[in-house]
Amino acid sequence: MSVLSVKHLLGIKYLNEKDIQLIFETADQFKEVINRSIKKVPSLRDITIANIFFESSTRTKLSFELAEKRLSADVINFSASQSSVKKGETLIDTVNNILSMKVDMVVMRHPNPGAGIFLAKHVKAAIINAGDGAHEHPTQALLDSYSIREKLGDVAGKKVVIIGDILHSRVALSNIFALKLQGAEVKVCGPKTLIPKYIETLGVDVEPNLQKALEWCDVANMLRVQNERMEMSYFPSTREYTQQYGINRHILDGLKKEIVIMHPGPINRGVEITSDVADSSQSIILHQVENGVAIRMAVIYLLASQIK
Amino acid sequence: MLVAQTMSQKVLLSSKEIHIILHRLACQLLENHLDFSNTVLIGIQPRGSFLANRLAKILKEEYKVAEIKLGLLDITFFRDDFRRSDKPLEASTTNIDFLVEGKNVVLIDDVLYTGRSIRAALTAIQSFGRPQEIELLTLIDRRFSRHLPIQPNYRGRQVDAINNEKVKVMWVENEGKDVVYLVNK
Repeated sequence: MSVLSVKHLLGIKYLNEKDIQLIFETADQFKEVINRSIKKVPSLRDITIANIFFESSTRTKLSFELAEKRLSADVINFSASQSSVKKGETLIDTVNNILSMKVDMVVMRHPNPGAGIFLAKHVKAAIINAGDGAHEHPTQALLDSYSIREKLGDVAGKKVVIIGDILHSRVALSNIFALKLQGAEVKVCGPKTLIPKYIETLGVDVEPNLQKALEWCDVANMLRVQNERMEMSYFPSTREYTQQYGINRHILDGLKKEIVIMHPGPINRGVEITSDVADSSQSIILHQVENGVAIRMAVIYLLASQIK
Repeated sequence: MLVAQTMSQKVLLSSKEIHIILHRLACQLLENHLDFSNTVLIGIQPRGSFLANRLAKILKEEYKVAEIKLGLLDITFFRDDFRRSDKPLEASTTNIDFLVEGKNVVLIDDVLYTGRSIRAALTAIQSFGRPQEIELLTLIDRRFSRHLPIQPNYRGRQVDAINNEKVKVMWVENEGKDVVYLVNK
């Protein structure tokens, strides 16, 4: 059936494999649309979407806004730094006030894990989670898998290693759920302090050695070290992190096969990835960004079709 | 017995009639567009693509038109029943690898009923440029059922069908035979 099994996109955890296939097939059509000379379709003329960002974002916010505008939805933007949140308003009150202005869908980024789930229980609107703390970032995982599918033909059976700060990363968790659901093999690689305890229960292996991890994989997804979420020191120095877990041309040239390099951005050039790798033909970083718009159009379109 | 009664169908066009009609439509297109140098055929997805492919083939193979530009247009995202229809809207592929700027466009669909699909197609085609002129070709034209002021320039067969009847067009490529049924729902 061509309907999602969910009314909100709160996390990959709540999707099934058919949902992901449907989102990808719909995104294929939207990718064709955004490569036309006129990149807009009128589907969502009567839908209003609020983008509520309680945490800073460049790519995700622009990508969502562009996706909404390409679908002809009306868009309002809200960021916590310039709002009544500072005056002590609660999350539900803020959102209900926005909804009473007849908003149909809310795209929300929030520093607290589960903020989207909480909101979905208490307000009447379709909710899309654009990142909730270190919990989930479902549209990022969808566009990552979509980019792998585009580059390698399929996700099933592929070997993907996620490298870096797994502990603070919502991208890692959503990617693990999405990749496992589609039948990929997943390993995580990083300093022991940045690998969550019990991560094996999600069906992934831990590979502390970068060289071994790269030898094993088809795709390496590089993550940024999230200094803003660290209230203590997890590794001795950035320089030491780079020496052990940063990838550069030299390491990639030493591998027997050519692997695909991904990064959800923002990149810290020279820390987890050097410029000659980030800008190489092996890297699909900018394809990920392009696919992000198509994926978000698909998610918004499919969720909006269920609003009655 | 009950099933047979509720799902009665009668043949509107046989394979032979379809064959004759397709050739007539091809000739009518030729008459107006000659060598097709400034004309493009656009099949409306999903069901119009079979008819468009068939006409392009006849024009090329039997009437020796050297080059025919053929595109397939999906109108799902341009429909006016998004969120109003009980059935989910399923998108098909759009494949138009040329601009329609300044071209004579012939939209091709199998059945013209309310005219809403054609309205959507008229909007959708604008994403590919500003055509010089747009014409409409349909195999079946259901009379007296239009919701919009849209009429075909080329029609295969005009039929009077009441609202609880459905016109079903089948193609060799898809269903294994060429035939048009009038089905009583």
